[in-house]
Amino acid sequence: MAGLYQRHPYPGKLIVVEGIDGSGKSTQLHLMHRWLEASGYRVFFTEWNSSDLVRRAIRRGKKKDLLTPTTFSLLHAADFADRLIYQIMPPLKGGMIVLADRYVYTAFARDVARGVDPRWVREVYSIAPRPDLALYFRVPIETALERILSGRQKLSYHEAGMDLRLAPEARESFRIFQSRILDIYDELTREFDLKVIEATREIDDQQRLVRQLVTQVIGGVAPRKPYERQSLLRLRPALQKNGQP
Amino acid sequence: MKDSRFYGYGLPYKKTGNLKGSLIVIEGTDHVGRSTQIEQLKPWLEVEGYGVVSTRWTRSALLYETISDAKAGNRLNASTFALLYAADFADRLENEIIPALQAGLVVVADRYMYTAFARNKLMGADPTWSRSMFGFALVPDLVLYLKVDLGSLIPRALEGKGMDYWESGMHQAYGADIFESFCNYQRRLIREFNALAKEFNFFTIDAKKSPETIQRKLREHIGGFLRDHKGVVKEQPAPQTAVAVVTPEAVVAPLADLAAEVADEVEAAELIVAEASK
Repeated sequence: MAGLYQRHPYPGKLIVVEGIDGSGKSTQLHLMHRWLEASGYRVFFTEWNSSDLVRRAIRRGKKKDLLTPTTFSLLHAADFADRLIYQIMPPLKGGMIVLADRYVYTAFARDVARGVDPRWVREVYSIAPRPDLALYFRVPIETALERILSGRQKLSYHEAGMDLRLAPEARESFRIFQSRILDIYDELTREFDLKVIEATREIDDQQRLVRQLVTQVIGGVAPRKPYERQSLLRLRPALQKNGQP
Repeated sequence: MKDSRFYGYGLPYKKTGNLKGSLIVIEGTDHVGRSTQIEQLKPWLEVEGYGVVSTRWTRSALLYETISDAKAGNRLNASTFALLYAADFADRLENEIIPALQAGLVVVADRYMYTAFARNKLMGADPTWSRSMFGFALVPDLVLYLKVDLGSLIPRALEGKGMDYWESGMHQAYGADIFESFCNYQRRLIREFNALAKEFNFFTIDAKKSPETIQRKLREHIGGFLRDHKGVVKEQPAPQTAVAVVTPEAVVAPLADLAAEVADEVEAAELIVAEASK
């Protein structure tokens, strides 16, 4: 299980964000992504639960409420393994900056809140390399609820832990389930040295802190040289003239 | 505290209660006749008065399609493969095997986690990792291992469905053509199973014997086990086809076995020497 407790040997950098739904982590990651690209870095982005292969099985299982805590955990691990091998490792080995929206800590929090053994889920994910920087966006449960409900979406069935039958009503179930997850995240912060960002602060204040922390870890990575960026810009109109997209 | 009925950390969130039934596993490499034997065990057990269900590897409602898709798309890596196997197994364990055991049935499993241990290792997954992910599995009451050697496997495969892509380990490019790859892959698989048989105390049955003889051995052993644990099974008359007298085969076969094992060991040693001198 050395992977998650030791620095990886690859030339790239792995930066991950963690936090419950409504913590604003994806917004912060998006801003970080834009900034890194504008600074000329080669960046690769990957998201939890997004490999084509496993997504369908997960969706089917979720829809029919077929998943047990163990199959829920293993399917997400299969998704993770697929992305690890085809998406995360190649750019990490090739010297790029890899940004991950959620990482193994999501499984350590959620799956344990669902009742699997914490040691077991760590063993399952022991194939993962340790990130160079793991940011945890901490938010009080009520703030998260407000953000989700005032905005775009309904509470998702599994995010609210409805499959656990904690409470008949989604909002109350979310409160109970995500509070458990917040407690576990606090423990993970110590175990895995996650950098805590108070997600109740203003977006730009948080982003300033994020960029400071990122700057400290990407020292060894070279951004594209100015002429490489230039040639990209110069090539584009030429390609369009030739009828290429 | 660890629940000793499980291989590892178990299913902490699940109240498994008293598992009154018995979990009997039939293991073995491809083409040893597992499913035929299980089909014949079922009516016999029922006549003996046991409720029986059987469960098959990679046949869970949840994952059957995904695993088929993944194989068809041919993009599986060792880790994803291992985790999908484990998820399929967990689904059947929680939704089929445990409820049946709670109800007091005899569950006959066509393959179990040992198949994953063997295949994952050949695909290059870290053996410690691939085992620890099965920590939620129940330890079976009985594992019966149908053991063959490569020589008797080849004609069976050819006369059956033929040598299929996965059974031949073509995904790992074990040989220049499918025949060579089949031989190399199955030889390694058999060697893994033989090692697992020692480690996990399988009851080994010589699958080179006739199907009737194998069935008789299975019944003897399963009957004996259930008798000790349940006291229900009656004495079984030997099946019609059973060989009662000492035949030349009965004398020669154990020697042939021994010779095959020695040959295997020699080959393994040669491989190690060859790899070391690279």
